[in-house]
Amino acid sequence: MNPFNYDTEQLLNVAHQVRRDIVRMVHAVNSGHPGGSLGCTEFLVSLYFKQMTHKPEFDMNGVGEDLFFLSNGHISPVWYSTLARAGYFDPKELATFRKLNSRLQGHPATEENLPGIRIASGSLGQGPSVAIGAAQVKKLNGDDKLVYVLTGDGELEEGQVWEAAMYAAHHKVDNFIWTVDYNGQQIDGPVDAVMSLGNLRAKFEAFGWKVLGCENGNDFAQLLPVLDEAKALSGQGQPICILMNTQMGFGVDFMMGSHKWHGVAPNDAQLQEALLQLKETLNDY
Amino acid sequence: MKDFPYSESKDTRSGFGAGLLELGRTNPNVVALCADLVGSLKMGDFIKEFPERFFQVGIAEANMIGLAAGMTIGGKIPFTGTFANFSTGRVYDQIRQSVAYSSKNVKICASHAGLTLGEDGATHQILEDIGMMKMLPHMTVINPCDFNQTKAATIAIADHQGPVYLRFGRPVVPNFTPADQKFEIGKAVMLNEGKDVTIIATGHLVWKAILAGKLLAEQGIDAEIINIHTIKPLDTEAILASVSKTRCVVTAEEHQFNGGLGESVARLLAQQLPLPLELVGVDDSFGESGTPEQLMEKYGLNEQSIVAAVQRVMARK
Repeated sequence: MNPFNYDTEQLLNVAHQVRRDIVRMVHAVNSGHPGGSLGCTEFLVSLYFKQMTHKPEFDMNGVGEDLFFLSNGHISPVWYSTLARAGYFDPKELATFRKLNSRLQGHPATEENLPGIRIASGSLGQGPSVAIGAAQVKKLNGDDKLVYVLTGDGELEEGQVWEAAMYAAHHKVDNFIWTVDYNGQQIDGPVDAVMSLGNLRAKFEAFGWKVLGCENGNDFAQLLPVLDEAKALSGQGQPICILMNTQMGFGVDFMMGSHKWHGVAPNDAQLQEALLQLKETLNDY
Repeated sequence: MKDFPYSESKDTRSGFGAGLLELGRTNPNVVALCADLVGSLKMGDFIKEFPERFFQVGIAEANMIGLAAGMTIGGKIPFTGTFANFSTGRVYDQIRQSVAYSSKNVKICASHAGLTLGEDGATHQILEDIGMMKMLPHMTVINPCDFNQTKAATIAIADHQGPVYLRFGRPVVPNFTPADQKFEIGKAVMLNEGKDVTIIATGHLVWKAILAGKLLAEQGIDAEIINIHTIKPLDTEAILASVSKTRCVVTAEEHQFNGGLGESVARLLAQQLPLPLELVGVDDSFGESGTPEQLMEKYGLNEQSIVAAVQRVMARK
């Protein structure tokens, strides 16, 4: 059972605040990754405020809880904000993001014991392997909860993800849901220009996965049913993949749909322009 | 010079297999993963008795390290098994981020380390693994010397919270460590007390150091021989105590000079007790195909090399 179980209106409220947090965090240190963070806001908010059984008191082993792993660790702002807004730590701590002696490292880490983080990520391609290992241990422990991982789409250029994809199907890791942030952008440009992924659905299917699509992962009305369907498909002998279309930079008009805001912070004027588009719903940190 | 009786020679990798089997029986949290080398790693007995706690990964070492890191979440103690080359260099970034930086309780168990792998040649004879692993914060690095010590080390690391690199090998070597000797991580084993020179050896070179000690005794040289099975954390106390007495030291290992045990000892001495040091190891070179004995001779890793190093270092006293 999710500790919030919010309806769509409440989820929208959280998403607005998370987006404000994201742009304020990266602006404050003039670094970080707003594009993918904004694009994955609905996804993270859905998991923590609707989908997952989890305990904001945080226990590393997470027995009896659904677990989430962020493989594309550079979108840490959206995860930190979501965790803080879900009660894992005080939202005031978001002000320390990327600063010296902070628990909120540029990329997620366990070294400083930030609640909610179970493994370091940043060097890409490692999250699916880690999450699959955790999912297999859930089975060993007789724990019927699920494990989620999020990767980028450019991240799928790393070979390790395909090792993991092969493994999960072979070992029938069916308590595992892998979502791909399918925004079509990476640092050097559109994914199709940098290194085309080809027919991604067919690739996952050929590896033995059940594949779901989400036409618009920035719309709760479309995302929530897909997440429900993925959960319903668990326990049937196959791992589950969601190809979730999102728009990088969603929610801030001048950041939307371009790779240019992958790892660039807004300046003072751009921050003000962005905040005008994002309602303060839960009090700024 | 003490005598080191043994009834048989065995491979250290079999010590790992035996230790893993015992852990299977005594510690329900221990799980094992292997990247298509269960025979070489001697994991068969564990797999037979605990099939549900074994995970075949196939030839995908990067995935194996990630899986192992994830398996610690939920309380398991994963032991990964493959060759030393594929346990370290191939997966350095996975170990760095998902295991070491994340402080995960993963035991990276690596066989066929060093030149004694033999005929397969340099692609498989890793001589840089100790260096790579000891550089990682949080990582413990262990290189036991024989079957009994490898078995004991395997069992001991399950009780140690944190990442461990356990290095062992393929050839049979005299199994002289008493079967009941307790394995203490980070604690040197004094093999022979002497007054003229300290020989600090690790892994397969420990037996070579014993052979060298006998040759030296015939020349009237009284060598103190220390088995450093744990390269990190280094037992600095034992080393400093010994070298304070003998006033010179030789290190011996099946590894490059760069990054090896000798380098760690050199740093210690340079900072705290600057006395003559000579190193036995591989001098910035890859290996090649050959029998283990031929290779150990050609690359200067046998008892004669240790004797020569002792003579050099004593001349510098």
